[in-house]
Amino acid sequence: MSTTTVETDLVTAVARPARPTPAPIPMSRIVSVELRKSFDTRSGFWLLASVGILAVLTTAAVILFAPDDQITYDTFGAAIGIPMAVILPVIAILSITSEWSQRTGLTSFTLVPHRGRIIRAKLAVALGVGVASMLLAFGIGALGNLLGAAIVGVDPVWDITGGDFAGLILFQILNMLIGFMLGVLFRNSAGAIVGYFVYGFVLGTITQVLASTQDWFERAQPWVDFNYTQGALTDATSMTGENWLQLAVTGFFWLALPLAIGLVAVFRSEVK
Amino acid sequence: MIKVDSLTKSYGGFTAVDDVTFTARPGRVTGFLGPNGAGKSTTMRIMVGLTPATSGTTEVSGRRFADLPNPGLEVGVLLDASAQHAGRTGREILTVAAHTMGLPRRRVDEMLERVSLTPSEAGRRVRNYSLGMRQRLGIATALLGDPEVLILDEPANGLDPAGIRWMRDLLRGYADEGGTVLLSSHLLHEIEVIADDLVVIGQGRIVAQGTKTELLASAGTLVRTRDVPGLARALVDADLDFSNLTDALRVDADAELVGQVAHSAGIALTELRPADGAGLEEMFLELTADTQRDTQSIHGSEGAAA
Ligand SMILES: Nc1ncnc2c1ncn2[C@@H]1O[C@H](COP(=O)(O)OP(=O)(O)O)[C@@H](O)[C@H]1O
Ligand SMILES: [Mg+2]
Repeated sequence: MSTTTVETDLVTAVARPARPTPAPIPMSRIVSVELRKSFDTRSGFWLLASVGILAVLTTAAVILFAPDDQITYDTFGAAIGIPMAVILPVIAILSITSEWSQRTGLTSFTLVPHRGRIIRAKLAVALGVGVASMLLAFGIGALGNLLGAAIVGVDPVWDITGGDFAGLILFQILNMLIGFMLGVLFRNSAGAIVGYFVYGFVLGTITQVLASTQDWFERAQPWVDFNYTQGALTDATSMTGENWLQLAVTGFFWLALPLAIGLVAVFRSEVK
Repeated sequence: MIKVDSLTKSYGGFTAVDDVTFTARPGRVTGFLGPNGAGKSTTMRIMVGLTPATSGTTEVSGRRFADLPNPGLEVGVLLDASAQHAGRTGREILTVAAHTMGLPRRRVDEMLERVSLTPSEAGRRVRNYSLGMRQRLGIATALLGDPEVLILDEPANGLDPAGIRWMRDLLRGYADEGGTVLLSSHLLHEIEVIADDLVVIGQGRIVAQGTKTELLASAGTLVRTRDVPGLARALVDADLDFSNLTDALRVDADAELVGQVAHSAGIALTELRPADGAGLEEMFLELTADTQRDTQSIHGSEGAAA
């Protein structure tokens, strides 16, 4: 008898007063957490810093090595685009895959038990970082153009229109989205990075060779080769309506579809 | 309060968690005990939505985990202390978690102090942490939002004896203030000292559950002798049921009767007492033996005694 009484007393004594239900976590906070997570490791920090560093190095290389008559903004823009096409997708890839490769997902997906929200926040951060990086890189390129023109002793040539500029940024954003898609699909850092180089460089070279040797492929290429249609963006102002349609069609099959498949896998998979 | 109802998880044809039902109550430490591979971690991952269940449901504080608006403030979770980005510092990991939950920065310092990580340790990258330090950091993350429910998977792994003592006191205090604590372990003795309630799982199925007092006070007498075969024969002749423990016998009879049987058979005893907890240990050994094939060493130690 006495034990029963003690137990009941104990249970009522320890029951905490009911707490108010906490407010939901706002999306803006998840985005700022994801932004922080892309800076707060040594590797993440240097990856972002390398955007600026590589922009400065390529700009310096153009000033040093480009022939005098090619010291124009277009040359700088084209040169800077090359390292960006490597570094930005890697940033996008790691933001996704580190949750699995480093197993931080155990905490992230428990504190925010809606994987879609975290993925969307990561996408927002990736796009933000991508656009900011391109603006920074073009800014550095512009300074290089001024400096280069002063050294050569000519008036600086600004031969990138607003349309070209938007096209170049879109080109890099698509590269980032490809990285993002591969990250979601593979959920493994090494796999996704290797995948990106195969996708962008190996596949791109193969289709180039194929197009120059096989007539039928050259005709089909604009409708099946995403690398090719994406390349048109580097000269965006001369793109026709058909070119845009080709970009959309190839982008659907090479980007949107695999991204959708990867997302389904992310939502269903076990995090462990 | 944590409720698990008819939870099942199959991987292909293999059933890792098989129709598991139990409740962890507020104000009590519930020990989730089972040998390696029993299904403890899988059950806990399902509770927090990291692994989808094949069937059945789990509830924390009366809601599905995914329906908690800000889970960190209601449930503290530590599933694997090593699952952290090796390149982040301990302090940064806590800061990120605090930021996600919407807590002020000073909470991070409070927690570091609570788990006895010094500022210089907190500034080191987790790559350089010992397992014990990682467990402390993981416990700090779980406690950060001052939740009412704690779910901890093998939190004592890697802690030194002082650390285990510290954690025991911490969890005791937590439950005494009305919190619900569920912690898993594959070591009976580790969980025996800390838990109020026990849920014992083996090969995905619950094999026993109840308060520790109930489970430990199972009937019987524990008896030790140098002549185990002789005593066993005498017990068989007296028609008494008994079973082998690691280095003793547990007999389904009271101490007086067992003493008389031994006396009439002329067998000297080295110990004779009520078998508190021996029933549980026996059950646990059977479970472990099934899965880990440790039967050899159990018999070995008996052979040495005989
Ligand atoms: N993804 C998986 N595929 C197949 N079997 C799995 C998977 N995850 C866990 N298991 C199996 O489920 C069982 C339970 O594992 P786990 O929950 O980790 O046990 P515990 O935490 O009790 O040691 C083990 O036999 C394990 O091998
Ligand atoms: Mg486990």
